[in-house]
Amino acid sequence: MLRATLKSLLARKLRLTLSGLAVVLGVMFVSGAFVLTDTLGRTFDAIFADAYEGVDVNVAAKPKIAMSEMEGEQQAPPFPAGTVEKVRAVPGVAEATGVVAVDGARLIGSNGKAVASFGPPQLGENWTGETDLIQLREGRGADAADEIVINKGLADAGKVKLGDRVGVLTPMEPKQEFTIVGIFGYSGGRDSIGGSNEIMFTTPVAQRLMLGEPNTFNSVSVKAADAVTPESLRDSVTTAVGDAYVVKTGKQLSEEAAEGFKEALSFFNRILLGFAAVALLVGTFLILNTFSIIVAQRTRELALMRAIGASRRQMIGSVVLEAIAVGLIASVLGLAAGIGIGALLAWAFGNLAGGLTLAGIGVPLSAVISAFAVGLIITVVAALLPALRASRIPPIAAMQDVATPDRPLTRITVAGGLVSAVGAALLFLGLSGNAGGNTLVTILGGVLFAFIGVALLTPLISRPVVSLLGAIFAWSVPGKLGRLNSGRNPRRTAITAAALMVGIALVTGVTVILDSAKSSISGLAQDTIKAELVIAGVQSGPRPPTFDPAVLEKVAAIPGVQLVDGEYGDLAVVGGERTWVAASSNDTALRQIFGVQPTAGDIDRLGPNQMLISTDTAQDRGLSVGSTVPVQLARGEPSTYTVTGIYASSQLTNGIVLPAEAARDFAIPQPVQGFIQLAAGTQVANVQPQVEALLADSPEVSVADRDAFIDQQAGQVDGLLTMIQILLALAIVIAVLGIVNTLALSVLERTRELGLLRAIGLRRAQTMRMITVEAVVISVFGALLGVVVGAGLGAAVVEALKDEGITDLVLPWTQILVALGLAAVVGVVAAVLPAVRAARINVLGAIAHD
Amino acid sequence: MTATVGQQAQAAARASDVWKVYGSGEAQVVALRGVSAEFERGRFTAIMGPSGSGKSTLMHCLAGLDSVTRGTVSIGDTTVTGLGDAGLTRLRRDKVGFIFQQFNLLPTLSAKENILLPLSIAGRKPDPAWYDIVIDTVGLRDRLDHRPAQLSGGQQQRVACARALVSRPEVIFADEPTGNLDSRAGAEVLNFLRNSVREHGQTIVMVTHDPTAAAYADRVVFLADGQIVSELIEPTAETVLDTMKKLDVSAEVNG
Repeated sequence: MLRATLKSLLARKLRLTLSGLAVVLGVMFVSGAFVLTDTLGRTFDAIFADAYEGVDVNVAAKPKIAMSEMEGEQQAPPFPAGTVEKVRAVPGVAEATGVVAVDGARLIGSNGKAVASFGPPQLGENWTGETDLIQLREGRGADAADEIVINKGLADAGKVKLGDRVGVLTPMEPKQEFTIVGIFGYSGGRDSIGGSNEIMFTTPVAQRLMLGEPNTFNSVSVKAADAVTPESLRDSVTTAVGDAYVVKTGKQLSEEAAEGFKEALSFFNRILLGFAAVALLVGTFLILNTFSIIVAQRTRELALMRAIGASRRQMIGSVVLEAIAVGLIASVLGLAAGIGIGALLAWAFGNLAGGLTLAGIGVPLSAVISAFAVGLIITVVAALLPALRASRIPPIAAMQDVATPDRPLTRITVAGGLVSAVGAALLFLGLSGNAGGNTLVTILGGVLFAFIGVALLTPLISRPVVSLLGAIFAWSVPGKLGRLNSGRNPRRTAITAAALMVGIALVTGVTVILDSAKSSISGLAQDTIKAELVIAGVQSGPRPPTFDPAVLEKVAAIPGVQLVDGEYGDLAVVGGERTWVAASSNDTALRQIFGVQPTAGDIDRLGPNQMLISTDTAQDRGLSVGSTVPVQLARGEPSTYTVTGIYASSQLTNGIVLPAEAARDFAIPQPVQGFIQLAAGTQVANVQPQVEALLADSPEVSVADRDAFIDQQAGQVDGLLTMIQILLALAIVIAVLGIVNTLALSVLERTRELGLLRAIGLRRAQTMRMITVEAVVISVFGALLGVVVGAGLGAAVVEALKDEGITDLVLPWTQILVALGLAAVVGVVAAVLPAVRAARINVLGAIAHD
Repeated sequence: MTATVGQQAQAAARASDVWKVYGSGEAQVVALRGVSAEFERGRFTAIMGPSGSGKSTLMHCLAGLDSVTRGTVSIGDTTVTGLGDAGLTRLRRDKVGFIFQQFNLLPTLSAKENILLPLSIAGRKPDPAWYDIVIDTVGLRDRLDHRPAQLSGGQQQRVACARALVSRPEVIFADEPTGNLDSRAGAEVLNFLRNSVREHGQTIVMVTHDPTAAAYADRVVFLADGQIVSELIEPTAETVLDTMKKLDVSAEVNG
């Protein structure tokens, strides 16, 4: 039996190759994700292993607000210089250096733009001389107040060189000019550590620009005396400085830094695994289809096996064995491809992060295990149904010339209805927010069930729809034959189309949701924001772009400007809860620019230690006018605020508003957006250039009229959308393989028929056209299903998000039409090989022999 | 060889010194050894012979389904030998009809659509009068909307016959048309073929190994070992059987 199975497998290697390819792609993503994570993980370990070289113990003040990696860089707050002395006095300390190191020092490159970061920190520090790690490549250290030293990677990114006069943006002060007096690198000839960049000032300048307070530091790096271990020194320093400080060994810091990067990386990993899941789902359809067709085609052969004594179990075993063989081969290939893709992505990532020295490409055991587990399980599960079918073939079928009878679609339709209902129920549960903590899992499960349910219902739908679609082509004989062929095996057509449906439904669904969100929010902004000009920038890294607060006053002085408001934002701990807070430079802005209506108290004035809250916040936290709440900002001591006003929540304005003074203690005490209201009759075109001129020293932001600002903000969604679409295109590519496969198998199956058609005078070109019509009908049917299911899912999500302010349902008609058009093209492309094959059929061979 | 000009004009299909060799070297098989034959217009000719005699090969070569190694084949005034795929397709579409042992109907089309398929491929309209005659002759008028799967074997073969007849080809080649039918259904089909020759002047060349079937023909050509060895005009089942027996004997003697 094993021999027979292997032989039949070899005989059909071509048919299995295409379906195996889908598994290869899925496995590739899974193992690629593991390889990438492993390689980059070890890379970061290596990078940070010596990032704290020469630091035995590090002392920092406890952060006021705990932050996760996704929210931004954790900032250690400043402490008085006296602490350094205190540390120095601890027995066992050989050397203690006060260090300033804060994210947010942005160099303005030779093109006049601030060098942007896509994640790694941009540190502003004090120059404390060369160390084991930091080595000057050119020039010298910073001695004077207007001198800086920068790392080689930053010099390259900003295209600046030694002796250049450059502008630097810092969190505490607007742009200042410095001379680059030194350029340094890191041990091992590195230009940057993990893509982070450093600008080093003299200590007083660093304190002023990065910490905002003279004579403070935000960490002390300590060297232990000989024979003192870092761990014991850590403990003695901890005792000396007390609870307000966090004392860690250099090794701990290295590990934490590497962990931080790895955490950010896991996001990337999840994306890859997500696509692996989609690829595998589509692949499952493909394999199921291929095995079903193969079993149907081998009916006689399988029946013969039964007739000569093979048991049912052996029949199932034979098909499953075949699946295992395909799964194994696909897993091996997928693993190999995954290692390649992982290495390629790691390389790309390394380049993007500014020349990361990669650790050797490693293949973790997890990659191997997951590759084989995924590859085998998917293939075997997909082959199980066809295997059962094979076992039900009666031995007598070997003697008869049975055309496989059309089995009724009742059972599959009922099953499809049930599965769809489960999917719909899960979706409803997830979207209505009743799924407890498992909302995402519930929704994803709902989507999965919905896909499978629709796929099961597809055979029933396919008859009328395919016949209708085919009618477009039925004007010619090949077209008519193609149409009939695509309708003759509803299950086969359905599964092939369903594979295409998955990709297109996901793209359409995501587009519906994002477009709806975009349109709703733009519409709302259009209606509510009463400012003719807006100052804002596009955020690329964890830090929002900011501008000089002095600009606000200067803008207010421009004739024709009626009202100017600068908006600040930060994370704070309010009443023991971490939350986002905002502050406006102008107390009246809330009402005048954002059209907010008061429901209690006074929202037009905000004194020190007073706060405004929205009705939602009031309800959530049980606050009313007069309530007092403890607030801890990123800097400064905790203080108590009193609620003096409550305003009606809207989608744009919600949450806690603090007075302008509070913004000074924000991590970034600079405004992120500015709103400018003009007096009636003032031309926007007159004011805009003047504001632009004032922003010359704030290159991260620009001034735009309101509509341009709204478009710009809403446009941030577009990048995300494009990325998702590109990645989901992969699922569509796999589905195309499915169409090629189904058609190729159908052509094989209909050899005799094709021969007959050629014998009675069908030309080669007509034969090819017939196959092409079949492919186009199937792919357009799949796209149609995808568009309908995707729009349905998207609409359901939008409906569920109505309370979150997504009120407009936007169906992306252009994209839907493009998808359908593309599907037709895809059909034509998919038909090429099978059509050529059909056209080349030897007429005599096809009809004269059995 | 001995054909006159007049006879040439009457021949619906002709083979002149046709050789067909498969393979090469030791594996070489000579299927036809210089066969020359004419199939007159309006006649029902049967080609008979033991299996391996080359009768099917001869038919495939005549019909343009297979190429000849040497010699020429022509159908009507068209020389088949040397035609490319486009030419062969046109020939099959316009001048040749086929009836197969396996019926070979398209399962997706109704009986009527199957019958009209060659015409629609060629983009021609059926002659309504002739179509009615064909349908009535095969006796399928009440079955026209049925799919092949809903028809019996005999009915399917009659559909196949109607499909071959409806375009009025120069010649119809039938390859063991009754091989898959029981004797009653077979007799029906053969009667129908003979009538189409007698009443409508159709030319039919049929390959068979069944003497009873051959007896329906006007003429039987016997093939053995790739050569024409005998011929019967107005055969009966008995004369055919006798000739076959003689052939077997001579084959045994020669072998």
